[in-house]
Parts: sequence; structure tokens; C-alpha cells
Amino acid sequence: MTNPRTLFDKIWDEHIVHVPSGRLPLLYIDLHLVHEVTSPQAFDGLRAAHRPVRQPQRTFATVDHNVPTEARGTPILDPIAGLQIQTLQRNCNEFGIPLFDLDSPDQGIVHVIGPELGLTQPGMTIVCGDSHTSTHGAFGALAFGIGTSEVEHVLATQCLPQRKSKNMLISVSGRLGEGVTAKDLALGVIRQIGTDGAAGYVIEYAGDAVRSLSMEGRMTLCNMSIEAGARAAMVAPDETTFAYVKKRRFAPQGRDWDQAVTRWRSLSSDPGAIYDATVQVDASQLAPLVTWGTNPGMVVPVTGHVPVVNGGADADRQAITRMLEYMGLEAGTPIEQIAVDRVFIGSCTNSRLEDLRAAARVAKGYRVSAKVRAMVVPGSQAVKREAEQEGLHRIFQEAGFEWRESGCSMCLGMNPDILQPGERCASTSNRNFEGRQGRGGRTHLVSPMMAAAAAIAGHFTDVRSWKFH
Amino acid sequence: MDPFRVHTGRVAPLHRANIDTDQIIPKQFLKRIERTGFGEFLFFDWRRGQDGALDPSFSLNQPRYSGASLLVAGKNFGCGSSREHAVWSLADFGFRAIIAPSFADIFANNCVKNGVLTVVLSEAQVEEIVRKAEQIPAYELTVDLEKCKVHDRQGFSASFQIDEFTRHCLLEGLDEIGLTLQHESGIAAYEAAHPLRLA
Repeated sequence: MTNPRTLFDKIWDEHIVHVPSGRLPLLYIDLHLVHEVTSPQAFDGLRAAHRPVRQPQRTFATVDHNVPTEARGTPILDPIAGLQIQTLQRNCNEFGIPLFDLDSPDQGIVHVIGPELGLTQPGMTIVCGDSHTSTHGAFGALAFGIGTSEVEHVLATQCLPQRKSKNMLISVSGRLGEGVTAKDLALGVIRQIGTDGAAGYVIEYAGDAVRSLSMEGRMTLCNMSIEAGARAAMVAPDETTFAYVKKRRFAPQGRDWDQAVTRWRSLSSDPGAIYDATVQVDASQLAPLVTWGTNPGMVVPVTGHVPVVNGGADADRQAITRMLEYMGLEAGTPIEQIAVDRVFIGSCTNSRLEDLRAAARVAKGYRVSAKVRAMVVPGSQAVKREAEQEGLHRIFQEAGFEWRESGCSMCLGMNPDILQPGERCASTSNRNFEGRQGRGGRTHLVSPMMAAAAAIAGHFTDVRSWKFH
Repeated sequence: MDPFRVHTGRVAPLHRANIDTDQIIPKQFLKRIERTGFGEFLFFDWRRGQDGALDPSFSLNQPRYSGASLLVAGKNFGCGSSREHAVWSLADFGFRAIIAPSFADIFANNCVKNGVLTVVLSEAQVEEIVRKAEQIPAYELTVDLEKCKVHDRQGFSASFQIDEFTRHCLLEGLDEIGLTLQHESGIAAYEAAHPLRLA
């Protein structure tokens, strides 16, 4: 009789190749996703050591961070970005790695296309040289971000020496109210536990509110867990998961599918499994949230105010003063009075079809404020096609939103989509760090519905009282 | 990778919490395909004004901290993006070790791969080091990985913890990929027992 194990314990145990004495356990990696920014130096390392890629068929690449979101075929004007994209093409060619290139109908943000193509499956270990790899944990996979040296390590060995993280259970009871989304839940969790609250842990999300989330919602929740410092985050797979994965291109088919689902059904934490930390969240208490500072934990309800800080340590007060100065905000200002210049709907957090549907529902029949420039950047070419089949692009365009090609875009501003100094943006992305969206840019993180509403109103507004057309 | 054993060097303070990797190396420098030459871009937006001129109020620009090889910072250092460019820029700038109350996971892993030591000390110990670095001209610390101790010439001494394997890799400057490949037969056996399940 083995001890009861968590979902994380089970996937971990299943993937241990070897535990060398005096060293870290070797963890086998089922799926390695690669993009242009964090891989060139890893391939150089392989070449220098004359090492091949061990499992090119478990490795998939795309270009997302640098790509322009203007019409495809527009020349890449930044020669350094262009070289980085060509370098990935050359490396994939040389090492036999499938690449969803700029002209591919499957191109998109790496954390959008993995699930979309059925590459992401329950029970897998998945890595990528990108911190938001935690996204894939929504399928009950162990998925985490790695640095470039580790990218090289996985390319060469398909393994990583890993220290096992601790188990954290975040149990979310109740139901999210109308107009309150997985994004608000993610921000609410970070507000509650802090930007390093899950450092050293793998989070398992459970509870009624999580079970009732779509796969898109679960991806948003797991995606943002890195902003609480988590190594990874996961949701045990269920019928919602299986229905999403079924019939996708790389998913098991026919009899293999039935066997896979049988296997995946065992992927849940055993009753009595022990967690090193447990957190309770009540979803019914959450309102649409808006960040006001320069980290994702600095967040208040849309009905709230920019905080006034009196007490606390000197260092904390100084940090908040510094944030307010950077953000150009006065303590005590009602959030709904904050006007925005730009709106960005996109990123690996919120660029999937469900996100675009939610934003379009708000935008329908309205016009973007004359003072606002708003853009919608679908997460992938597939999302873009599906959205266009539903006519979402027309709703956005008629309202005055720009409808663009897929990529990471203004989430991190590596391509030409950036904020100008002092510009204020309502963004569905994941990081409101100083300069993240462009030097001097001021980012407020919100849900897709809240972003669309801000674009139209010209300032933050509570989407719960929105008049839908 | 250069081994890290005992290092004595000047200390530069950057006493802020949650310093993210976007601050350490802003995105515009991630397009480079090289692994070297990132030092000049370290903390670019904090070190330089919009016009590109060095900001004299930023600690790393002050002559008293020039040549520093030890950085002392607030908690959750290196949070955010996984970009290893952050470590490459710190190392290229000359930092051999970073001292803070806590580090983000991926950042700390990236440090080990580049021979940069992350030293976790208490908030109080970090504050004491920051104060001394600000008050004592040319303040130096010794970081001793063999004994897992940090000390200065003014009587400060503190122990730190580090897992044995990480310590071993840093002390020896080991090629971790080479170590893993010693288990090639084990990896092959695992692969034979766990076939690829992508359709």
C-alpha cells in the first residue's frame, strides 16, 4: 500500500529516469517547446560540443516573441529581430525540429498552439524557455519554464536534473460572478498570497470554481501562477479536459484515445494526499480586478481606489511611492476615474477564442473612445481563423479596434507594438513591470471584458454594469 | 564554467524588493543571438535616462561601487521572465554572487548554470550589508562557498544554506549536460518503456 499521492507526486514519480547518488533526480521531459528568443545560444552550445538533439520528434518550435503583427509578409524592419527569426529557422533545419514558422497556418504564441494542436496532454512533463510554460498545467501536465542553459540540456538529453518542489493546494470554492473571469481569479490569488507566495511550490488548483472553468479559463489561471512565484501550476484533468483534447491533431486517436483517457482518469490527487501548504479562496467574493502598481500583486477591485499607505515599514512606503510615481497616479484616486490611452487584448494569458468572444460581446455596437488606440492580437493563426468565421473581427473593426496577426506583441513589446513613455494601457497580459510594454509605459492588468470596456469608455469601468447590445 | 570557491569583492547595494528580469535586462536586448556582451545593457532603463545618459543617482553608476562583484538586493530577486540574459548581463558586468533574502526559482537555476552564486540571507542580515555598503568606502565581503559563509573585515559573519549538488557543481565548475549523459543507458531504457504518444 503506497502513501496517498498528489497529482504532482504522480507525474513526478512517473518521469524519474534515475536518482544518481549525491545528485538531483533526472526528470524525463515528454515535450519541449522552443521559440526564437531563448534558444539561439542553446543551439550554439550543442554545435560547440558536437551534440545532436536527442529527440527532435518531442521538440516543436514556433516564432512568436519578435514577430510583427502587421499583415503577414510585411518585411521585418528590425534587422536584429529578423536575424533571430532566421536563426531559429536555420537551427530547426539543421537539427530536424518541426517549426511552425511565420507563414505557417499553425503559427502562434507557443502556449496557445501547444494545447491547440493537441501536443499538450494530461500527465506529460513539458518545458519551454519561457516562464509562462505553467499555462500547460491546465491539462494536468507538469509544465514549467526554464532558462537557455536548461533548453540546451533538454535538447541534448531530453532530461533535466530537478529538485522536487513542494505541493500547494489552492482550493477555490463558490462561483465567479457575472463579469468576473479566470483572470480576476488569477489576480485575486496573487493579491492573497503575494508575488513570491508560491515560490518553491507546484500549485494544484481544485474546488468547484476551478472545475467549472473552461480549458481557456484554466489556462489563464495556470499561466499567471508564475506571477505568484510558483514553479508550476496544475488542474487535474476531467471531462472538460478530455473534450478539449479529443480529435486535435497530435492527440491520440481511435483505440489509443480510449486507452489514453483511461490512463488520464487516474491523474488526480489521492484522498488524504498531503500538501505542504493549503490556501482557500472564495470565488464569489471576487470583483473584476485592476492592477495599479508595477507588480501583479498590486491589485484592487475596479470599484476601489489607488491605495493610500500610512503605516508599514519605511522600505514598503518608499516602494509604493516609487510605484505611484512611475504609474503617474495619486493615492486615493478611484480606479474608475483612471483614463487609458491604449488597450491591448492578447498574450498567452488572454488571447484565445473564449477571451476574444468575451471582449467582442462587450464591444458589440459600441465605438472605441476617440482618445484610445485599441488592438486585438489573436494568440494564434487558428484563433484568428475561428474568430473570423464567427465574425468577431467585424465586431472589433466596426468598433474601431485594430485586428492584427498572431504573436506575443505588446505583452512584452519585443516587436514594434510598444507603449510610448507615459502612455497608460489597459492590458490583458500578465506583467505590469516597469517598462514591460515599452519604456515609461504604464500597464494595468485586467480581463478581456474589462479591457474592451475601458477601450470604449476611455477609462476603467465596472463591466458588471455594462449594457450589452 | 569557472568554478566558484572563495571570492572577495566590493559590494554594490540595490535595496529594492521584487526586482524582475525585465529590469535586469530590458526586452530590446533579448534579440541578440550571442551569449556574451550583455553587461553594458544591465539595468539599462534604471542606469540610463531617456536620453541615454548615465543617471548618477543609480547605485551602480556611483564611482564608490565601480568594480563591484557582489550585488546585494531585496527579496524575490529575479522574478518574472525566464530570460537567462539577465544572468548573462549580471555576470558580464562583473558580478560573481548575488545576496538577497530570496530569489525567484528560474533565475536562481539560471545563475548556477553560469557559475553565479545566489546567497540567501535573512532580511536583517541583508539590511546590515546594505547599510555597510552605503557607509563604508570600498566595502568588501568574502563569500566562501567551501564553508558556506559570508564575512567582512568589520566583524560581520553569516552562514548560508545551499543544496549539496548545486554547491558541488559551482565548486567544480561542472558541465551538467556531461553529467546527465553519463546516464545515457538509463535514459534509453526509460524511452523504450515510455514511447512517444503524439499522434
